Order: sequence, then C-alpha cells, then structure tokens
Amino acid sequence: MVPVNYYIILSAILFTIGALGVLVRRNPLIMFMSIELMLNSANLAMVAFSSAIKSLSGQIFVFFVIAVAAAEVAVGLALIVQIFKSRHTINVDEMNSLKG
Amino acid sequence: MTIDLILFLILAVVAIATALGMLLSRNAVYSALFLVLNFATVAVFYVLLGAPFIAMAQITVYAGAIMVLFLFVIMLLGAEKTPGNPKWSDYILPAGLALVLVLESIYLLISRGVPSGEIVQPEASVNSVDFLRQMGMALFNEYLLPFEVTSILLLVAMVGAIVLTKQEKGGRG
Repeated sequence: MVPVNYYIILSAILFTIGALGVLVRRNPLIMFMSIELMLNSANLAMVAFSSAIKSLSGQIFVFFVIAVAAAEVAVGLALIVQIFKSRHTINVDEMNSLKG
Repeated sequence: MTIDLILFLILAVVAIATALGMLLSRNAVYSALFLVLNFATVAVFYVLLGAPFIAMAQITVYAGAIMVLFLFVIMLLGAEKTPGNPKWSDYILPAGLALVLVLESIYLLISRGVPSGEIVQPEASVNSVDFLRQMGMALFNEYLLPFEVTSILLLVAMVGAIVLTKQEKGGRG
C-alpha cells in the first residue's frame, strides 16, 4: 500500500530534473527530451491521483496528453531539422535571429 | 514494508537514476536510451497504479514512436556530440534553484496533507477486457469532443511536419 504522497514526490523530483535539463543543456534535442520528461512526470501524478480517487478520468486525460506529446514531438523535430539545414548548427546559444 | 512499497522504491530509484543519466550524458544517443529506460519504468508504475492501458500506450507511443523519432533525428543531424557541453560549475546555480523548488513543493505537500490516501493494490479485474470496455465507453461518450479535437490536432501536426520539411522547388528556401 503506497501512499499517494510518494508518487507525487517522485513526480516532483522527475519534473525538477527535466526543468534542470532545459536550463543547463544547450543541445536542443536534449532540451526537448527534458520537456518530454516533464510531461511524463505530470502524467505520473495524474495517474496516481486518478488511481487514489478510483476514477477513470485521469487516465483518459493522460491518454490525451500522450497524443498531444506525439504531435508536439513531430512538429518540434521537423523545426530542429529545418534550423540545422539553414544554420548548420543546433547550439541554442547561436540561434539569435528569427530570419532564416 | 509491503511488496508494493518495495517495488515502488526500487522503481523510483531506477526512474531517478535514468533521468539523471539522461541529464548528464555527454552523448545525445545515450541520453535518448536513458530516456527510453525511464519511460519503461514509468510504464511499470502505471501497471502498479492499475492503469494497464496507459502503460501499453506509454510503451508504444513514448518508448516506441517518439524515442525512435528522436534517435532518427539525432543520427540524421550527427548531433551526438555537440560542442559546448556544460561544465560541472554550470550546474551549480540551476541545481540549487531546482533543489529549493523541489524541497519547497514537497514541504507544502506534506505540511498541508492535501494528497492523502493510499494506492491500494488494484483488483485483478483491472487487467480484464471489461476494464478496457469501461475506458472505451468513457472515451467515446463523456470525452468524445476532446477525442475528436485530438484527431484534428494530430492531422494538423502531420501536415505541419510535412510542410516544414518539404523542399520548396524554385520558391524561397
């Protein structure tokens, strides 16, 4: 019998590691992976609460979040590939202009 | 210590270790593989929480489709090792801020005692067809509109990805 608190603490720690990745790493692919990690930790919290109150709604919302994350990754990676093609670097510190 | 708690603690250690491995790896391919392991661990958490459908969706969509796409792009761009990897000293300020954040949120959660209650072991019926039927009923009755909106979102994302990567012939590049 695991208290729901434990899941929330784990979710908070995973979210913080994800936020740290976005702050520290300068490779946009790894920043993107950190964003996925944060989404995932939010999903974990949502499923934990849904299981604690014995309701299916949380699980269905997680299903939607997974679908939205898939869409987001497809568009984001397409953007990264395009940026790499036009600038030949993917270091985010060197991306300082909106003009292609 | 029940078996559930022991399982939870072991899995929590694995989840945090793989997340840190993702954060600290110098090589982007290793980061991606650590993240696959993390997603698999979270899928096991979903099974523990009595959400087998979400666990399978997690494996197929996250660990399968999304991470394969990531690995594909990493290898396509040759971005395994980008220059400008952070030094250890670069981690100090963000890690300090993150530590403050996580301690404060955990303190608030514990002191207010808001998320009370325990996750009891899910009944075996969770792994039956009947559970999937309930889920499908909820998805296509109560949540029909969000479901349809999601399908439109996926279509838009697909069109967007194609438009972004399309080679323009004779037009502006």
